Amino acid sequence: MSDPATPRAKAGFHELDFYGVQDLLTEEEIMVRDQARAFCGERILPLVPAHWEAGTFPNEIVPELGEMGLLGPSIPEEYGGSGLGSVAYGLICQELERVDSGVRSFASVQGSLVMYPIHAFGSEEQRQQWLPKLATGEVIGCFGLTEPDFGSNPGGMRTRCRRDGDDWVLNGQKMWITNGTGCGVALVWARDEQGHVHGFLIEGDRPGFSAPEQKRKWSLRCSVTSELVLVDVRVPESNRLPNAKGLKAALSCLTQARYGIAWGAVGAAQACFDEVRRYCLQREIFDKPLGAFQLTQAKLADMASEITKGQLLVWRLGRLKEEGKMTPQQVSMAKRNNVAMALDIARQCRSLLGANGITLEFQSGRHMCNLETVLTYEGTHEIHTLVIGEAVTGLAAYR
Amino acid sequence: MDIISFVKRVPTTTTIVSIKDQQLDPQGVEYVMNPYDEFAVEEALKLRDEAGSGSVLAVSLSDGAAQKELRTALAMGADEALLLNNAEAGNIDCMTTARALADSIQGRNFDLLLFGKQAVDRDQHGVGPAVATILGVPCITEVVKLTVEGDKVIAEREVEGARETLEASLPCAITCQKGLNEPRRASLKGIMAAKKKPLETREVELAGPSMEIVEMALPPKRPAGRMVGEGAAAVPALIDALRGEAKVL
Repeated sequence: MSDPATPRAKAGFHELDFYGVQDLLTEEEIMVRDQARAFCGERILPLVPAHWEAGTFPNEIVPELGEMGLLGPSIPEEYGGSGLGSVAYGLICQELERVDSGVRSFASVQGSLVMYPIHAFGSEEQRQQWLPKLATGEVIGCFGLTEPDFGSNPGGMRTRCRRDGDDWVLNGQKMWITNGTGCGVALVWARDEQGHVHGFLIEGDRPGFSAPEQKRKWSLRCSVTSELVLVDVRVPESNRLPNAKGLKAALSCLTQARYGIAWGAVGAAQACFDEVRRYCLQREIFDKPLGAFQLTQAKLADMASEITKGQLLVWRLGRLKEEGKMTPQQVSMAKRNNVAMALDIARQCRSLLGANGITLEFQSGRHMCNLETVLTYEGTHEIHTLVIGEAVTGLAAYR
Repeated sequence: MDIISFVKRVPTTTTIVSIKDQQLDPQGVEYVMNPYDEFAVEEALKLRDEAGSGSVLAVSLSDGAAQKELRTALAMGADEALLLNNAEAGNIDCMTTARALADSIQGRNFDLLLFGKQAVDRDQHGVGPAVATILGVPCITEVVKLTVEGDKVIAEREVEGARETLEASLPCAITCQKGLNEPRRASLKGIMAAKKKPLETREVELAGPSMEIVEMALPPKRPAGRMVGEGAAAVPALIDALRGEAKVL
């Protein structure tokens, strides 16, 4: 084969597809994946290590993410999306997270946690106002549910909203909010005096709203994480999502985001596996390739098996979602399994890379650090364990 | 400006090659549009849009599988596509391919035929010039800059140590070299729109092959490197080896 003719080929990623999972995809899904893969590999990946080291998000790629259609791709075309199916959306998440979990987080929040609820629960005016600008990346959105003292039990939230004439007044604090600092719009969940939970669209420049960045993370360093502070933030009733009924609406957004995470984790695992498989063939130790040793092969065989299982899990989940049959419990299983799988593979790969593995010249260490966050956010590994436990026993064991 | 771009489905350049029955073993191989053909599609779209009228047709000959590559051309912005099928298409020489391609566009008006300068799987460099010869139109190969002025094209190509500028009258054929343009990516909207564009599939007969593949072999393994020493102390031995063995100094 001749030299790569274009930079496009330099992305040089070789996907593991041991079971021919590609044959289960439609031509359109393969095209979406290939275009996303080329864009992520050539345009985003080269920028990531420096941003990760600096602890900054690569803002320069946002307009291009919008142009490619990678922000909220499942939203109908009339609102600036592409009306894409669930598997195609999953494949996009997979390719984004193959580059970096922080980059995928950006897109997940914009698409699943901001655009999805505005489309699902918003008024027509809210959809028209926000969705096209969110799809192009002109406006960046964030989702405020988690609080300093309420993560796994969001029902305990302390952020309050109070009706005042035609307005609402919000007070409270949110924590661990991706894309918060500098956001154009924040979807904030708050409880009213009767105990009902509502979702509000709060413009980034609303008086009383601020979003200081949370610094000193050693994970998801390519992603902006923020606190949201609300001090007597006054918004009109037209900023409330009219069709978001209670905490359930907020949780349904998380099901969407989690679905993307289950796919994304496969991408992170693939990136690590591809890097390490090559390394094991090139790196010689005791006069033969590292990959020729049984201990190495046992690790590679385990990784390949786990990736293959993960691929099939999300593929089936995607088809269930497209058929309207997917349950949140099934999403919990895929998120829980695939993120733990990816984290384990990233750790194994870091170790196989030896000392090289601790540098940013290689990807596995970065993925390993990132995935520690992914294991915890969008429902911790433990909470998803209890969700599945409840599904198979009928007995809830949360408290 | 009516333009026809020719597109080949090839294994990605990162394919790990293994050989089975004197052919590339397709197991686990991923296929894409030939990277040089991306230049041809991009140039066609650019020239069509600059002209403000006309159409771009993308044509591919394959053993039945190249629909995805044509859909990609449509997603990039081509107006229509033609898929030529023959079960033997994967293993034919460039002359046979050229005959099938030339036949397929008989009777169709065109101003320009655009090809990649080569396909990265077989590296024969022959299909573009052969189609042009069959159709009796001029052909300029390995073009890095292309301008259309009235009824002629001005094309620049890199030659050893210099750049050559050529003119030809329309209609003509061009083979595209890296540097001609930066191919656009198909956006998701483009991919969705491509579903609604016309893609005709035609079974084609192929002329008898003018040659056959007798053997296909992997290149010999590179011999292992040799350490001549460590640090500055190794320099004299290294120079000796470069002079005496490698004969590069």
